[in-house]
Amino acid sequence: MEENLVTLTIDGVEVKTKKGTTILEAARQVGIDIPTLCFLKDINEMGDCRMCIVEVEGRRGFATSCIQTVEEGMVVHTHTPNVLEARHVILDLIISNHAKDCLTCTRSGNCELQTLATKFNVLDVEFPGEMTKHKIDNLSPSIVRDFNKCILCRRCVAACKNVQKIGAIDCINRGFESCISTVGDHSLNDVNCTNCGQCIQACPTGALHEKETIDDVWVKLKDPDTYVVVQTAPAARVALGEEFGMPIGTNVTGKMVTALKRLGFDKVFDTNTGADFTIMEEANEFVERFTQNGVLPMITSCSPGWVKYIEMNYPELLPHLSTCKSPHQMFGALVKTYFAQKEGIDPSKIYMVSVMPCIAKKFERQREEMKNDEGLWDVDNVITTRELSRMIKQANIEFEKLEDSKFDNPMGEATGAAAIFGTTGGVMEAALRTAQDTLTGQNLEKIDFEQVRGGDGIKRATVNIAGKDVKVVAASGLANAQKIMEEIKSGKADYQFVEIMACPGGCVMGGGQPIKSSKIRREVDVRKLRADALYSIDEKSTIRKSHENPILKQIYAEYLEKPGSHIAHKLLHTHYIKREKYNI
Amino acid sequence: MKTLEQIHEIRKEKRKELDLRVNTKADTREKHILVCHGTGCTSSKSPEILENFRKILEEKHIENVRVIMTGCFGLCAKGPIVIIRPEDTFYSNVTPEDCEEIIQTHIVEGKLVERLLCKDIDGSIVNSLDELNFYKKQKRIALKNCGVINPEEIDEYIAFDGYKALEKVLKEMTPDEVIETIKASGLRGRGGAGFPTGKKWEITKGYEAEQKYVVCNADEGDPGAFMDRSILEGDPHSVLESMMIAGYSIGANKGYIYIRAEYPIAVKRFQKAIDEAREYGILGKNIFGTNFEFDVEIRLGAGAFVCGEETALLESIEGKRGQPRVKPPYPAEHGLWGKPTLINNVETFANITRILLNGAEWYSSIGTEKSKGTKVFALGGNVNNIGLVEVPMGTTLREIVFDIGGGIPNNREFKAAQTGGPSGGCIPAEHLDTPIDYESLKAIGSMMGSGGLIIMDDTKCMVCLAKFYLEFTVSESCGKCTPCRIGTKRMLEILERLCSGEGSEFDIYRLEKLAANIQKASICGLGQSAPNPVISTLKYFREEFRQHAIQKECKTLECKALSKITINPEKCKGCGLCQKHCPVNAIQGEGRDKRVIDQDKCIKCGTCLTSCPFKAIGN
Amino acid sequence: MGEEKQKCCQCGCGGKDEFLEKLFKEYQPIKDNLIQILNEVQEHYGYVPMYAQKAISEFLNVPMAEIYGVVTFYSRFTLKPKGKYNIAVCLGTACYVKGSQKIMDRLKERLKIEPGETTPDGKFSIEETRCVGACGLAPVFTVNGEVYGKATVQKMDQVLDELSSKEE
Repeated sequence: MEENLVTLTIDGVEVKTKKGTTILEAARQVGIDIPTLCFLKDINEMGDCRMCIVEVEGRRGFATSCIQTVEEGMVVHTHTPNVLEARHVILDLIISNHAKDCLTCTRSGNCELQTLATKFNVLDVEFPGEMTKHKIDNLSPSIVRDFNKCILCRRCVAACKNVQKIGAIDCINRGFESCISTVGDHSLNDVNCTNCGQCIQACPTGALHEKETIDDVWVKLKDPDTYVVVQTAPAARVALGEEFGMPIGTNVTGKMVTALKRLGFDKVFDTNTGADFTIMEEANEFVERFTQNGVLPMITSCSPGWVKYIEMNYPELLPHLSTCKSPHQMFGALVKTYFAQKEGIDPSKIYMVSVMPCIAKKFERQREEMKNDEGLWDVDNVITTRELSRMIKQANIEFEKLEDSKFDNPMGEATGAAAIFGTTGGVMEAALRTAQDTLTGQNLEKIDFEQVRGGDGIKRATVNIAGKDVKVVAASGLANAQKIMEEIKSGKADYQFVEIMACPGGCVMGGGQPIKSSKIRREVDVRKLRADALYSIDEKSTIRKSHENPILKQIYAEYLEKPGSHIAHKLLHTHYIKREKYNI
Repeated sequence: MKTLEQIHEIRKEKRKELDLRVNTKADTREKHILVCHGTGCTSSKSPEILENFRKILEEKHIENVRVIMTGCFGLCAKGPIVIIRPEDTFYSNVTPEDCEEIIQTHIVEGKLVERLLCKDIDGSIVNSLDELNFYKKQKRIALKNCGVINPEEIDEYIAFDGYKALEKVLKEMTPDEVIETIKASGLRGRGGAGFPTGKKWEITKGYEAEQKYVVCNADEGDPGAFMDRSILEGDPHSVLESMMIAGYSIGANKGYIYIRAEYPIAVKRFQKAIDEAREYGILGKNIFGTNFEFDVEIRLGAGAFVCGEETALLESIEGKRGQPRVKPPYPAEHGLWGKPTLINNVETFANITRILLNGAEWYSSIGTEKSKGTKVFALGGNVNNIGLVEVPMGTTLREIVFDIGGGIPNNREFKAAQTGGPSGGCIPAEHLDTPIDYESLKAIGSMMGSGGLIIMDDTKCMVCLAKFYLEFTVSESCGKCTPCRIGTKRMLEILERLCSGEGSEFDIYRLEKLAANIQKASICGLGQSAPNPVISTLKYFREEFRQHAIQKECKTLECKALSKITINPEKCKGCGLCQKHCPVNAIQGEGRDKRVIDQDKCIKCGTCLTSCPFKAIGN
Repeated sequence: MGEEKQKCCQCGCGGKDEFLEKLFKEYQPIKDNLIQILNEVQEHYGYVPMYAQKAISEFLNVPMAEIYGVVTFYSRFTLKPKGKYNIAVCLGTACYVKGSQKIMDRLKERLKIEPGETTPDGKFSIEETRCVGACGLAPVFTVNGEVYGKATVQKMDQVLDELSSKEE
């Protein structure tokens, strides 16, 4: 091992680190935080912004610490007058071409550029000049692009093009005119964007953000004629606390429910209950396909970014896609039918709000298929975890001090299986729990499927159910999805069941979740912390199999008959269309 | 396919046949009419001239006379150029209509067409090429075959020792021996930075890999430079041969040449060279009966100066935006598709075969201590003999400008020369005696660059010159890194302010601060060198900058907002000529009145200045 | 896009573009060939139409944004057809020093367009070009590739007058 270690000095501190480590990383190991902007660990490592420059003794010019690696005996200085002056100039230049309207920016307070400006005490722009001007693109239901705030770090491009293998945005034009845009500068809405929002998560500034829709919620909440119902996704509850300064992965379900009630929602329900329905329907669909020679592998359909992706890129594989709606859509459909009937509320007066870790859900809820026979949407508004945190703050609620409360009934009970929907592998595991019981007709003890847990982008496993080997795979991130689709397309795949989530790591890392800076992302595994919180909810649940959820039993008995019934199909299932990638 | 023996035979026979090209006393009854087909001459109709010659010869049933297209002779200002061998008669500014007379008088009657003979700067009439001052101080190594052979015929190249170096290398030398020879020759990269070529080969050879590449950088982008184009147009095989030698030396079997699409003639001729070489079995497998195999493909540039930067060029070959990579790792380790790659520029390659045939000692005897061999320059701007010159390293700027270039036209003063284009710097009159080599140019704040050499007379404003280069850099910046993308734009804005009278002294300080930091912090050579024109003009013409910033004054007419043209009443004789020439009727006065310029109407075009016979108008 | 689509199916081939089809047979569908293909498309059509970018995107399996990024990076590629007369003024150093900027300024003034643009009637387009290799004739401009050397503002005026009247 020794020969793989390199010793160097950074700002007078001796560092022993592995060969191949970047100077930036080595510095961090001894508590030296070299500033960066374009760097996003494992995603964007190009050295473009030049903030991370350092001096290396004996080397001409500056070294790019975020990509250049350590060498034996290297002597690095991170804050010589030379370096500091250059960094000041670079920062000044970036700011000179940045819309400096911090007060009216959604990222104020969580902006990497602002942090640096504070650190370097930028009081005035020394080199002012022409600024590139661009129209704001807000036609997408999910994402707003404001290039005037872009600093051309290209982290979004890397997220879209490399991590997700979509490439809806790229760097266009040249030189000072360079900008990040779509083909022909069209709206994201008209190109191959899947609305996953990973670009937003990558953006260090306010150049990319969700299309906020909380204004409508405020209005409806104050409207006495509207019955406002809210449901919250599994992943939101383990991330919302971060927006109030709590550690990453804190489970704030109870406080969140209290806050929602204080906001004035008439009912606060749990999307997890919808997730249990999804499992019932999906497991049933799988068992049917599995036992009756249906189209296999069956692929999950609860990630709307993924659904849009397959519609655009692999329309020929659409028969593989489960016809199940996603949990919040199922839940919305039931609220406007079963619940409305039961409570005697006119469904047209119900305003259904979903709190989601996801911005593709904003697109999903507007799909034509998501309207019922009466012309009512299953869900009327989707807000993200971030938007909810803003509502709570604007309602002057001190979140940290709230007591816990429980979800409302009659649709407030959910299982541990539903909780893990929020992480990659979770839907698969939940479905397997129900499928194995269905196929064996027993109540099996073994319910943890460790093979499909963890942060890997692709997790393959063979599980034995009722004496039969079932090959499954869970993939997250659209680049990984693409790999699986190619396997299926070429006939190489022998899976029976495939789980896909558009966001790497699943919903816990969704485009609507609290945004973590590059620094945090390189220091902690955000995905793991949030996912662990979900697994912990599952573990602590008394009921951990969807089909054992008493509410489900009740609703199937009272209203839906059984999984896959005609009415279940009408309310809880959907269909897909071949979608053009480019409408230009 | 040709065997080695057949190639030897071609060389022997063809050389005999072409002796008249290089030997004025050649024993032959043949004559060769050489018509320059470089881009300059081509654009002034040399292909038509060639056709006319052929037609007339046919009509007149004249035999023993051949009309040959060649590469550039260098003296582009006098184009189209026609040379008749073996007597070496040099006709300049030939038009298609002149062909009849040349054939009748020169070929049939054996007399010179006096009116088409080239006049030297001193007015003397020159009969042959070698008599021209323009050629006397030159030494042609890289350009050896340019203007001598037909670049579209491989046999002509073979006749003049073509592919002899390759044969020698493959049959008699190990790769290490080749590299040692190149190292001993002292050849340094001609693309600008001057990295020792042999060392680069050695480093690239040192990296173990299943696949390696040789890349020829022919993305000549320096505005006003056309050395590489002329070599490719005039002698494409020499570059091809050298790429193969490089491939043998470093262990690569595949080469790419990246040529600007704006160079269609060069592209066509190089493709022809590749095709012919393949046909002869010189490119391909088992070259000259050895195990060595090599093939070359052309990749076209699409109009991005930054692609002349080696890593941007690689990105472009890979089909991407030409955005440079952070170095290290260098291409020698991590190049095209991540494989070890040797990149040299056209002129560098053009020297390789000559070194191997004549020996490292011969080559290193030319030039200065640290800069060996010759350098080709594209001489342009305010100089009489515009064209391509190749001089030994160490030749002074004065020799190039005044002896070879024939001085400054219109009796104006030399003000500065710019070497290295937008990456280089200007050299003022006080440094005219600097010997041109890598170190000396660097020491005075300029650089060798790829070979653009632009001369400026005293009518040129140096702030405008800096602005011109910054405009270029801004429009050619790839936009990848912050200092270059925004920093050069800010520098340009400051220069625009200075030129329009809106600048301040503080702007000069801003310029310097930006320049220093852009130099240090940019990713690639383009960004790092972008401030050079500003830094060097500031160094030598600071006063001119201060005049712009403080006095709001430009002594030349270039900055219109800062210049004012007036008529000196003491000198004006009231002739009215200026009035007659003024395009905007800004000059008032009647009869023999002394004329006055209406400053509101004046557009400062300067027409009156040149029209006044009494030098009464000034700025 | 609509208009462009029509253009490509004037031949009645049902929307298939024969040139592109032929082109795609000559090249391997790998990304490395993108610039080569774009060069051919530019050469053939005089610009890179959006429908061609779409077809290339499918052929090479490269997102359109990336292709567009490449097209807008290289100045040789244009997104709009050039005018019937494309006038390019060399702004290489040799020509600049000899006053080519004045000629460009005149051209912009007369045609009321900027470099890279085409007059509304489609007659003229102008562009800045780097060295065309005719430094001996500096300053130069070209009209559809034909070089006009030792140019002056007057000469530019003359050429414009001639070309305009030719059109009428």
